[in-house]
Amino acid sequence: MIKDQDYLKKIADICLSKSKKLGSTDASILVQSSVSENINVRNKKLDGSERSENLGVVLTTYLGKKKSSIASSNLKESNLNELVDRCIETMKITPEDEYNSLPDKDLHFSGLKDLDLYDETHLSNEDKINYIKEAEDEAFSNNKIVNTNGSGFGENKSNFLLANSNGFSDGYKTSQFTAYCEVVSKSNGSMERDYEYTSKRFYNDILKPKELGSIAADHAVKKLNPKKIKSEKISLIFDKRISKNFLSIFASAISSSAIAKGTTFLKDKLNQKVFNTEININDRGDIKKANGSRYFDSEGIGIINLDLIKNGILQDYLIDTYNGKKINRKSNGRASGTTNLYFENGSKTFSELIKSEKKLLYIKETIGHGTNIINGDYSVGASGIMIENGEFSYPVSEITIAGNLNNIFQNITLADDLEFNYSTNSPTMHVEGMIVGGK
Amino acid sequence: MTSLLKNSELSIEKADKIVSETLNSCDDGELYVEDTKSETIVLDDNKIKSSNYTSDLGYGFRAVTGDTVAYSHSNEISEKSLKNSSDNLKSTLKNNSGTYNSEIKKTNQKLYKDIDPIESKSMKSKIELLNNMNEYARSKDSSVKQVTASLLAEKKNIEIIRSGGELLSDNRPLVRINMSVMVEKNGRKETGVYGIGGRQDYDEYLKNDNWKKVCDEAFRIANTNIESKPSPAGEMKVVLGPGWPAILIHEAVGHGLEGDFNRKKTSAFHDLVGKKVASKGVTIIDDGTIDNRRGSLNIDDEGTPTERTVLIEDGILKNFMQDRLNARLMNTKSTGNGRRESYKHVVMPRMRNTIMLGGTNTQEEMIKSVDKGIFAVSFGGGQVDITSGKFVFNCTEAYEIINGKVGAPIKGATLIGDGPSSLKEILMVGNDMMLDPGIGTCGKAGQGVPVGVGQPSLLINNMTVGGTQL
Repeated sequence: MIKDQDYLKKIADICLSKSKKLGSTDASILVQSSVSENINVRNKKLDGSERSENLGVVLTTYLGKKKSSIASSNLKESNLNELVDRCIETMKITPEDEYNSLPDKDLHFSGLKDLDLYDETHLSNEDKINYIKEAEDEAFSNNKIVNTNGSGFGENKSNFLLANSNGFSDGYKTSQFTAYCEVVSKSNGSMERDYEYTSKRFYNDILKPKELGSIAADHAVKKLNPKKIKSEKISLIFDKRISKNFLSIFASAISSSAIAKGTTFLKDKLNQKVFNTEININDRGDIKKANGSRYFDSEGIGIINLDLIKNGILQDYLIDTYNGKKINRKSNGRASGTTNLYFENGSKTFSELIKSEKKLLYIKETIGHGTNIINGDYSVGASGIMIENGEFSYPVSEITIAGNLNNIFQNITLADDLEFNYSTNSPTMHVEGMIVGGK
Repeated sequence: MTSLLKNSELSIEKADKIVSETLNSCDDGELYVEDTKSETIVLDDNKIKSSNYTSDLGYGFRAVTGDTVAYSHSNEISEKSLKNSSDNLKSTLKNNSGTYNSEIKKTNQKLYKDIDPIESKSMKSKIELLNNMNEYARSKDSSVKQVTASLLAEKKNIEIIRSGGELLSDNRPLVRINMSVMVEKNGRKETGVYGIGGRQDYDEYLKNDNWKKVCDEAFRIANTNIESKPSPAGEMKVVLGPGWPAILIHEAVGHGLEGDFNRKKTSAFHDLVGKKVASKGVTIIDDGTIDNRRGSLNIDDEGTPTERTVLIEDGILKNFMQDRLNARLMNTKSTGNGRRESYKHVVMPRMRNTIMLGGTNTQEEMIKSVDKGIFAVSFGGGQVDITSGKFVFNCTEAYEIINGKVGAPIKGATLIGDGPSSLKEILMVGNDMMLDPGIGTCGKAGQGVPVGVGQPSLLINNMTVGGTQL
């Protein structure tokens, strides 16, 4: 069972009062408890079960502008006392940093907690196994699916308390239900794997097992017997599971830490046109039941909604207290990053998008870590499907796609098929003129 | 022997009893107890940005029967908690029963000292070192605009309690020193990253002002990249430098030779033992027994002593890397590759130090033989799709080769290839085998473990280079 707020509060109080006693001027603490249960099935047979109970505490103490942190999973009082001692000792000899401080009291979250982030539904292991077996059964009903890499179902419940010496003390429970199915297809000596994944706060919102299995199978079969194409400049269509990655890249490029250090290609671009005028990007933390929703960030600052890009123009950064001070801005509650980040729908339908040019390459998977936030260079491995005259024609693999994000962002056209499946979501995306490396 | 349980509410006798009683009717399993202390100090943007100390204690209780694994972990170390875990394991395995395999090899292997690298250097001197690194790197050139330096030290003590009361333990120190430099010139920004580390005290790595070399190297890479031109795109010959570029070996073949993927027949290599999978002259080993290396372990996380495992010998596939579960199901022995990130994670076959042995060619010969290609000296991250065999990685330092000569540096090149076929495309194996500087972390199924790599210079035919220049 996850621990209740009273238990978490007791731990927080021990640490906060001990830090104060030892001379810290300020302190903040996070106490967490979570329980997760996962079931793995492979080839329709139980492969494994995993149950984890996690406890943890993270304490940060301040002495004026000096700061130090400790973290521990051992919440015995004797251990906590020892660690607070250590934290204080380290803090005293750490150099001052003028930007260190607790967050602005005025920005502390205070309000209703009505976002529905916790589903107390508990599935027995039997139910979990049945769900995931049904998904695999469905995948195997496709005769080109010969094997699975494993499929799984997970249920996670957690509770936390965040408190600081300025009087903030709040926390809440969240839940997450996750299922994935990863299958292997085979035909004419070609072997490919692909997957489908669903994760929601409420059990009733996740994909039904049959859908999960059939989508995974369909993905894996469509990859069979790929061709390698010649190097060329070609427009790409990014499947929704890939197009959302550009939002994550965008988010890291406008984090106040990167902006303050100058280590991003979007430095000094505030109020400038970063995308074309049809693009709007929002970050909303207040969508009911959504994966990315939260009441406050890891500093206790209330989440406000941000229109990050309006008609292509960069409106805001993602700001926390420390880095905000460096750039003379108040925190906008993004110390834990974005919440529900998404592109607004474009004006074209999916079918209009794939018919917009005679020849397009549809990207379904990228591999590698080829994004350079500092200068915007982008180069990753990829696989996908060639589209000729608006029809999907043959799978393509072992290619690379490359460009610079400054150009890529200006050349995006979006479809109107946005769905809120993850915390970061994008419609299908068309990017004009990227370089494909192949034969 | 004093146990990690000594200060807990759980006595070793009680733990033994629950473990034996739970695992008696299983094929395998153990109670794994871990006590990890770690410290990270980061200097960023001219300031000590953070000093974090983490103390993590917990257990992972595993029961295995047939090919089903039941796992339960917690950081509440008590009889009640362990009993709950035991009930959970039993409920998963209720329909199966097995015969406990109590056989496990013994070792006196001592590949690193039982030291605490966090305590053996004072906080004051660590902060001083970071400040020195920052000042030194910034003093190298006025184009240096940003410096991030960090020190990471860890002491991980593990204990494995098997059914019948057998207790195996290992105390593992680990340190890492990292440097990242950003250079800005003519409106361009590039970074260079370098690091060193292993299983010794900081001071072993700081001898002879070695930290200056770390800064020099990070600066050199950033400064090289500032002059770089767009990378070509297309298939061409690639010369890999020695040492760290062996992450190509790690991605392209290493993962595909891990026992689990082959037992499950999802690896492109699963039916190729005894067959020729690489060019003649190519020998690849996975060695857990090199003194003080980042990927070395006295025993793996199941208690099996590590060894030097020959994977490919003169082009022929010899062995897979095994943990106990996959070895049993494939009728072979564990090679000591059973590893886990922590007590929160299940054991899987993982690499240790994966090395291609040296050959007879010189790097000069290789470069001379290339009309148009690239010379890749260092890489960032890599990734592989085990099933299709496709792998990719990103060059952080590379040059074009034109008419047998190394030319201008190129930026942002990605290399992509097919594991099984690129091994056969190796044209020359260098005589300059080198191990990496001790910085690798391998990710698999969400678990990161420290690893090492090594290789001589290599000439590979027909690799696809991803760039922006057609």
